Order: sequence, then structure tokens, then C-alpha cells
Amino acid sequence: MHWTTELLSSALAHVATQVSTGGPAKAPATPARPKRPLIPGVLLKFVMALSGAVLVLYLVVHMIGNLQIFWGPTAINGYAEWLRTLLEPVLGWEGLVWVVRIALLLSVVGHIWAATVLALRAKRARPVKYAAGNKVKGSYTARTMRWGGVIVLLFVIYHILDLTVGVANPVGEHLRPYENITAGFAPDRWYITLFYVISLVAIWFHLKHGLWSAIQTLGRSSNRREKTLKAAATVFTTVLIVGFLIVPISATFGWI
Amino acid sequence: MKVNLRVWRQTDPVDKGKMVDYTVEDASEDMSFLELIDVLNEKLILSGDEPIAFDHDCREGICGACSMVIDGQPHGPERATTTCQLHMRKFPDGATITVEPFRAGAFPVIKDLIVDRNAFDKIIQAGGYISANTGSAPEAHSTPVPKAAADRSFAAANCIGCGACVAACPNGSASLFLGAKLTHLGEMPQGQPERWDRVVNMVETHDDAGFGGCTNTGACATACPKEIPLDVISQLNHDYLKATVGGRRKK
Repeated sequence: MHWTTELLSSALAHVATQVSTGGPAKAPATPARPKRPLIPGVLLKFVMALSGAVLVLYLVVHMIGNLQIFWGPTAINGYAEWLRTLLEPVLGWEGLVWVVRIALLLSVVGHIWAATVLALRAKRARPVKYAAGNKVKGSYTARTMRWGGVIVLLFVIYHILDLTVGVANPVGEHLRPYENITAGFAPDRWYITLFYVISLVAIWFHLKHGLWSAIQTLGRSSNRREKTLKAAATVFTTVLIVGFLIVPISATFGWI
Repeated sequence: MKVNLRVWRQTDPVDKGKMVDYTVEDASEDMSFLELIDVLNEKLILSGDEPIAFDHDCREGICGACSMVIDGQPHGPERATTTCQLHMRKFPDGATITVEPFRAGAFPVIKDLIVDRNAFDKIIQAGGYISANTGSAPEAHSTPVPKAAADRSFAAANCIGCGACVAACPNGSASLFLGAKLTHLGEMPQGQPERWDRVVNMVETHDDAGFGGCTNTGACATACPKEIPLDVISQLNHDYLKATVGGRRKK
């Protein structure tokens, strides 16, 4: 296809080197090609898609569980207790919770590791920026995946300190989610609620692209299905995020 | 019409290069973008300057030789159009147009607007073909191809291998190119015997050449002068998954 280019390029490169250096004394101009990557990029994307899927499944359960707060303190505190009794005969008290936590940790580590490797490769693959800017940008959600992901990670760390460990929460009592939530999102702590809202919007952006992208990465998208899949991803993400949002907002406005 | 050009000038692969301003006073709106540079080059030669080096061949939009990023868009602002088919009437009189080479680690600049696209040839060599015994052509009806498969194969075969997808991709990935070749051959009965080796070998060669990974931004499909659909990348992932994790590829 580009056999002409190939012939031309070697000849041109030769001539060009001589022009600039005044002789063949200088080392050949071809830049060093990177070594073979250990893991193909496509496989790293599979890691991202599958670990992302685990995290999304967890978010669905998490969101539905949160809604118990609208049934009062006994409902949600009882739910927290019940989660720890699940499969107790086999795994012991809180056993399943720890199994889920380890699965989540592995998924998060896998997701971030693959993203970092791919981001570093992408940086090498596009070392020079366009003087006129890149006008063919692609979707906004896709372009904000990396930094958006960092924001989501920072939020998750704070969220765990707030409502799992309890150190960032004014009550922070174990197995008392109702008290923790209502105190954590109390009206005078509106800035915490605002932080949660902004973070959840960031997650909305991340998932809106991530869900569809995962389907494409797993080879399940097609021209015919692309629009439907994208719409389904948007609806799913919106329902999920609204489900999360109403809890802190309701706590701040005293609707619980 | 008058056109102001800001063109990337680089004498050779080691030169740092810079943007240089030129003005063409007597451009015609019926000129193609390449003809505009031809006219500018004639003036440069007459005034003893080095003409701007750029790739071109058929000037019919079918060979994939012309490249350049015009105002931040590979092949310029018009959809589904190569640089050679882009006409000056698409620009306002007195426009200032920035012209740069394709930017990608795997496409090093050779001179001015010419980049080395051998990486694409290496990907094709790794599997972008079918092996067929030569001889008289077989009876066409002896190999039935479903209409939908033929259409999809044709749409993917529109790829002219110009590299605009790589130039547009924020990750410098050639996934659209890869996907186009894999879909083009993979939809055909003749492409089946080598299908699973093809995908693995082509993906490995792609990564070796220093192209990045796909983040499904869709910039490639927007920039593509042949409108290769984004779903060929889904096909690429699908085939790769089947060949490796699915164990279809015989070692």
C-alpha cells in the first residue's frame, strides 16, 4: 500500500540527514521504537472492562441498600446488621462483607493499574500536540475518563473514611448508618453534601462512557446497536446516580 | 482568493522544526488543498527556497497517500474527504490555515508534512491478507456470501490506510485501521482460515509499533475520510477475545 512511501522515506531520510548534518557522520535519524509491550493493549482493556463491571454491580447493590434509610433507623441499621449475618455459618460474622471488600479492592487495583499502563502508552503514542489543537476530539465523557477517574478515587477514599471507618464523620459509630448519615449530611455540613453531589456527577460522567465503552471493549457493540446501547448506558447511569444522590440531599434538607 | 498558511517546516527527522507563515495571494477557490501547496511551492522554488514536502499520489481520494492535519483536523474540516479532494472554496477568503503533519509516536516526521507510515505496512504484513492459491478464478457462485456480510466487508474495505484515525486519536491508537482490516477480511469466507492468527498477530504488531490503546472516544471515526464505522473496533475486540481467551487460535 505505502510501498512508494517506503522507498521515498528511506531515500528522503538519507538526503535529509545529509542536508542537516553536512555528512553521514551523525547517528541515523530514526527514533528508537519502544520495546514490545508485555501485555497487549486489548487485553488491558478487557481488564478494565471486567473490573469496571464488578464495581458497577457493587454500586447497584450499594444504591438499593442505601434506600432503606427512607424506611427509618431500624430498617437501615438492621440492614447493616443483616449484611454481616449473610452466609455466617460458612464465612463467620462479617465474612461476606470482607469477601466483597477484597473483590472490590482487587477490581480497583486492576482497573487503576490497567488505566495507568494504557495512559502511559497513550502519552508515548502521541508525544507532540497539534499547534491548532485537536479539533476532532471525540466525546467529552471519553476524554475526561482519566482525570475523572482520579476525582472518583479521591472521593471513594474520603467516603470510606467518612461512612465506613467513621473517622471523618461527626458520629462515626460502627453499625449505626442512620446516625452517621444524618449527622454527616446535617444541614450545617452542607458543603459535605455539595462535595458528594459533585463527586456523584463525576461518577455519572465516568460511568456513562465507561458502561458503553466496556460493551465495545468486550466486542458486543455494533453499528445497529450502538445508539441503543449508549442510550441504555445513559439511562442506567442516571437512575443509579439519582438513587445515590437522594440520600445525602434528603438528609441535608431533613426529609429523612 | 487570499490564503494565509502556517505550515510545519522540518528539514529532516532530527530537526526540531517550526511553524512558518506563508501567504498565497492568487489562490483559486476551485483549487484542491494540494494544488494550493503546489502553487506555493512553485513560488518557493522560484525564490530559491526549499519547497514544502508533502505526500500525495492519486489525488482522487482513493490511494491514502495524502495526509496533513489542517486546522487541527486530519484531512481538513470537511467530513469524509481526503486532503486532495478538499477544495479552497470550503475556506473563507483571507483565512489563516494551520497545516501540520500527522502527529503520532509511530509516525515519525521524515520532512515537513511527510510522516513515515511504515508501521501500517508492518501491521498489514502481520496478517492483513488472505493466502489463496493462484490459478484461474473460481466460479463466483461457488462461495456464497450473505448480503449483510458483503456490505459490512465492503464498508470496512473502504479503508485506504491513510492514518487519519491515528492522527486524530488522543491515544495515538490505530484501532480503527486494525478493525477495518479485520472486519474486511473476517466477514468473508476467504478470510476465515487465517482469522484467529490474523487478529493476534496484527494486534501484537500494532502494539510493537508504538501505537496506543483505544478508549472509544470515537475521534477516529469522525476523522476518517472513508467513514469507517466505529463498530469495527468492537469486531477487533470480539475476534481478539475469541482467539485468545476463547482459545480459537491453534498454537
